[in-house]
Amino acid sequence: MKLIVNGKALEIDASTLAALLAALDYEGDWLATAVNSDLVHKANRADFQLSDGDRIEILSPMQGG
Amino acid sequence: MFELLGTTLPSRLLLGTAQYPSPAVLADAVKASGTSVVTVSLRREMAGGRAGENFWSLIRALGTRILPNTAGCHSVKEAVTTAKMAREVFGTNWIKLEVIGNHDTLQPDVFGLVEAARILCEDGFAVFPYTTDDLVVAERLLEAGCKVLMPWCAPIGSALGPVNIAALRSIRGHFPDVPMIVDAGLGRPSHAATVMELGFDAVLLNTAVAKAADPVGMARAFGKAVEAGREAFGSGILEPREVAVPSTPTFGRAVFA
Repeated sequence: MKLIVNGKALEIDASTLAALLAALDYEGDWLATAVNSDLVHKANRADFQLSDGDRIEILSPMQGG
Repeated sequence: MFELLGTTLPSRLLLGTAQYPSPAVLADAVKASGTSVVTVSLRREMAGGRAGENFWSLIRALGTRILPNTAGCHSVKEAVTTAKMAREVFGTNWIKLEVIGNHDTLQPDVFGLVEAARILCEDGFAVFPYTTDDLVVAERLLEAGCKVLMPWCAPIGSALGPVNIAALRSIRGHFPDVPMIVDAGLGRPSHAATVMELGFDAVLLNTAVAKAADPVGMARAFGKAVEAGREAFGSGILEPREVAVPSTPTFGRAVFA
């Protein structure tokens, strides 16, 4: 399946958001996720089905002003 | 002490966490400033990366309150989604709402700002809107549900200081009971003291401290300036006069002629 993860196009087999995070070695309570510009809560990642062409953002705390 | 949205804060200075020479200097600057609120952001994490974890550990160790921002968002949708992501990660409903309208000046898109503020206030956020010094926009933000306002005094990172004192005076005077934090554009401690003397409740700054030759010393200086300005505001500042008035009593002056 083709996905765009943090702006990069990837070809990857991951049916759910949780599976995608695991496949890409993303791990931690401090991560926030959005699919197609909408927040996907931590608790919903395991059930969230991904589709071809989905745009996924994986964010974490950074310096800010 | 400073009462903000039901929270008592020991300091009227809010400090950004970006652009410091090192994490250690950031931590020391936060301590030296006396601030009790720091701003943070969310950015893309690298696969397998731990940058976010390291930064988050550092921030939690500071023991301050967290004010996440939506810096860099140029649309209502981006800002709203970022705010929701920040609420989940940082565990606070406080959000510094930025909807940027111009790449060069980083001026807020005040139309998008009001729209995003309404959506987030209805969703239970305590929205701290980064806005201009425009009075009508301030009114609209309050109508949208904001309980605090954050007018700029100059463009972000410009260090120009308060470029439109009359507008700041006006916005302060029109909403005497609304907590107002001057955010962005402060370059030196005297700028902070000036806006505090006008009666603003607090200031938020980042670059002026982080990019100083000695960020820790500058953080301390800003902390003192904010306190001095606030105390001056509460102490009745003398209005300027066009003529000289002797400060030493003229009565009892010796005559030697």
